[in-house]
Amino acid sequence: MSWDSLLQTAFIISLITSGIRLAVPVLLAVLGEIITERAGVQNLGLEGIMALGAFAGFAAAFTTGSGIIGLLAGVLAGMLLGLLMGYFAVTLKVNQVIAGISLVLLGQGSANFFYRQIFGVSQRPPRIAGLPEVPIPFLADIPYLGGILFRHNIAVYFTVLLVVIVWVLLFGTTWGLKVRAVGEHPSAADTSGVDVAGIRYACTILGAAFAGLGGAVLSVAQMKLFTENMVAGRGWIAIALVIFSRWHPGLALAGAVLFGLADALQFRFQALGFEAVPYEFLLMLPYILTIVVLLAGGRRGAAPAALGIPYEKE
Amino acid sequence: MTALVEMRGITKRFPGVLANDHVDFVLEAGEIHALLGENGAGKTTLMNILYGLYQPDEGVIYVKGKPAIIHSPHDAIQLGIGMVHQHFQLVPTFSVAENIVLGLPSRREPFLESRRQVHQRIAEVSRAYGLTVDPSCPVWQLSVGEQQRVEILKALYRGATVLILDEPTAVLTPQECERLFDTLLALVQSGKSVIFISHKLDEVMAISHRVTVLRDGRVVGTARTQDISKQELARMMVGREMRPIEKPPAAPAGPVIELHDIWAHDDRGLPALRSVSLQVHAGEILGIAGVDGNGQAELEEVLTGLRRPSRGRYLLAGQNVTHASARELFAAGLAHIPADRNRFGMVADMTLAENSILGMEGQPPFTRLGMLRYREMEGHCSRLIHEYDIRAPGPAAFAGTLSGGNAQKLILAREISRRPKALVAAQPTRGLDIGATEYVRRKLLEQRQRGCAVLLISTELEEILALSDRIAVIYEGQIVGMVDPACVDIEQLGLMMAGAVKEVCELPPRMPAGPEGNPIEGRRP
Ligand SMILES: Nc1ncnc2c1ncn2[C@@H]1O[C@H](COP(=O)(O)OP(=O)(O)O)[C@@H](O)[C@H]1O
Ligand SMILES: [Mg+2]
Repeated sequence: MSWDSLLQTAFIISLITSGIRLAVPVLLAVLGEIITERAGVQNLGLEGIMALGAFAGFAAAFTTGSGIIGLLAGVLAGMLLGLLMGYFAVTLKVNQVIAGISLVLLGQGSANFFYRQIFGVSQRPPRIAGLPEVPIPFLADIPYLGGILFRHNIAVYFTVLLVVIVWVLLFGTTWGLKVRAVGEHPSAADTSGVDVAGIRYACTILGAAFAGLGGAVLSVAQMKLFTENMVAGRGWIAIALVIFSRWHPGLALAGAVLFGLADALQFRFQALGFEAVPYEFLLMLPYILTIVVLLAGGRRGAAPAALGIPYEKE
Repeated sequence: MTALVEMRGITKRFPGVLANDHVDFVLEAGEIHALLGENGAGKTTLMNILYGLYQPDEGVIYVKGKPAIIHSPHDAIQLGIGMVHQHFQLVPTFSVAENIVLGLPSRREPFLESRRQVHQRIAEVSRAYGLTVDPSCPVWQLSVGEQQRVEILKALYRGATVLILDEPTAVLTPQECERLFDTLLALVQSGKSVIFISHKLDEVMAISHRVTVLRDGRVVGTARTQDISKQELARMMVGREMRPIEKPPAAPAGPVIELHDIWAHDDRGLPALRSVSLQVHAGEILGIAGVDGNGQAELEEVLTGLRRPSRGRYLLAGQNVTHASARELFAAGLAHIPADRNRFGMVADMTLAENSILGMEGQPPFTRLGMLRYREMEGHCSRLIHEYDIRAPGPAAFAGTLSGGNAQKLILAREISRRPKALVAAQPTRGLDIGATEYVRRKLLEQRQRGCAVLLISTELEEILALSDRIAVIYEGQIVGMVDPACVDIEQLGLMMAGAVKEVCELPPRMPAGPEGNPIEGRRP
């Protein structure tokens, strides 16, 4: 292969296109975690929630033959683990780091367990059809840009829409004002008549639903199969990107796309048979990039003041 | 006519404390009703129950004659009850307007209303009661007085007809107090009712129509303010006559603490101390007066090695300690009674014995060959418990189980037992009952007699006036005046605390040789 092939237009377009697609699962998890953390709960269980979402999504899509039902199953699985996290963090007021990590183990373990129970272990894992590509009329025909932005499955469009929705939800609605108050100063919210526990439960469940959806997108729309450890650290990357994004959905989009591009690049290098570097190093690329970006830009400065601290009334 | 609010037989227990014991409290429409009592009497607890933050163990509440079920502040707000807490409940990163509308439905549900509309409606309420404040300003930029106005606005905006104010004057200058009182009078004139919590008799006499006195969680009595004297109220509140504290004449010697042109930043990186210069002499108490949040915390931290000054020089007994650590200052003979005693004064989940030697753990007799000697520590602690009359089960008890007064006595005992050259005491009686307060003040005077240089930081003007030999007034990180407590005009002092008058001149310590009863006054020629 040659360097020239890397710089061809077609290559670049396909790189960006798949970069955007690969950004989606992480972006969903980041958006969800932004909501959760804005309410003052730190859910470190994303990795496990995405794993269970991926399994639930795959299993539902496999049995029903519908990708959309698969995605909904991912949402449901996420909400279930979110409810559990809410119970730990809000009702029991346990250490949220420990609760989150136990959620990781629970999510991954149960996903693998149920997969083996139902589908067994085989050389040729069962596959599903995935989601169809839905080109947007007219826009998809724009040269270059059409291919990059307007020829995706609906999960991609929906996720971009969610960026806007979360933005408006947090900064344009009365509910969002309550959420942010609960994360900054829960006793002020309480004395203003806001139900602190209720908001925290809602945000934890909603955030986990997003992560579950992200996991399902991974299995249903991208890989079209389920393998153990397929989330591969994306849940952790999402937590780092929340800090990078300064708890803001707009920056979350930028961070996730950056991760997606690095991921896509890594795939391309492998496919091109780049032999100068062992492939394990290529695999590390998106993660290293995330760490570098985080070190360069991320400060804890914008964190909600009450993040991770249980609210005690009396 | 039925009362507006009626609380009957309210009882509230906390672990080990009976905070309210069958309390009856009646608020009539259109009155300012003072709730008077010492720290710990149960005033805040009673009002938190009315506001729905706590649930009573026994008792019932009637609002306008009907039994009221108040499970949360939300319910209280629905009933027209608003509360301004002693520690303001505002989100610092939100604007004034966002804080005011927080938790309220908007007219464009689920979306927030336009800023213009909200600001307009806030302006209407603020104009009606003289509560001017910029609705778009973030709350963290506001002074304490302004934040209080936001809190009152917030309650009124929610349609409160009953306004509870918990020790509202604690954080205000005398002038701001006057302004607050005007607002309260305007409120009752427009038909609202006010519950005014205080432990200051003068205020209660000045502003209230009726007063209910609480002591140890029980109601001592309710009276019309015009029918009762200040002395009677004092006796009801304390349960005995109060003795004024006696101060023997000072005998100051050479300077021990010397600050020259000290500058420092606060946690946000903003300038907090601006060219502070002062001296504290052996055998005198220098009081730092000022409204909370004007650099007192940073001054305390710089003096005790917890914050690096960005500029200037700090000498302790002639030795340059500008960049010394807390430990080095400790070794140089500085003692510290921190304002935040739970964070900096002691470790709640260590025993009293361990707490009683904090800072001395590396010294004999408490250590030998790098090992702690518990028997020595416990002996030391028992002596302190006995000598300072600390009410505690014993040296093995955990410090977190002590009441505020006894915890403070333990810290005081530990610090004084080292016979320090200099003592920095920040808000040493904050939150203590009268007995403990008196005790702490006496001990500070004892240190002064012994020849210790005492720097007293306090927001209680009365405490500053009672103890200090000289008073430095701090405003926005600057020492704006040095005054003599013996002949100071409170009005003048208040203006200085509000930054309205500057009197930057050095008042020398009163020398014993000076003419009797004719102290040098810090006025510019
Ligand atoms: N949340 C709480 N937990 C335990 N004890 C409390 C709590 N709040 C108040 N107390 C105790 O109840 C008593 C009354 O306190 P409080 O109502 O704050 O008094 P006041 O407002 O009159 O100073 C005190 O002994 C205090 O220590
Ligand atoms: Mg109180």
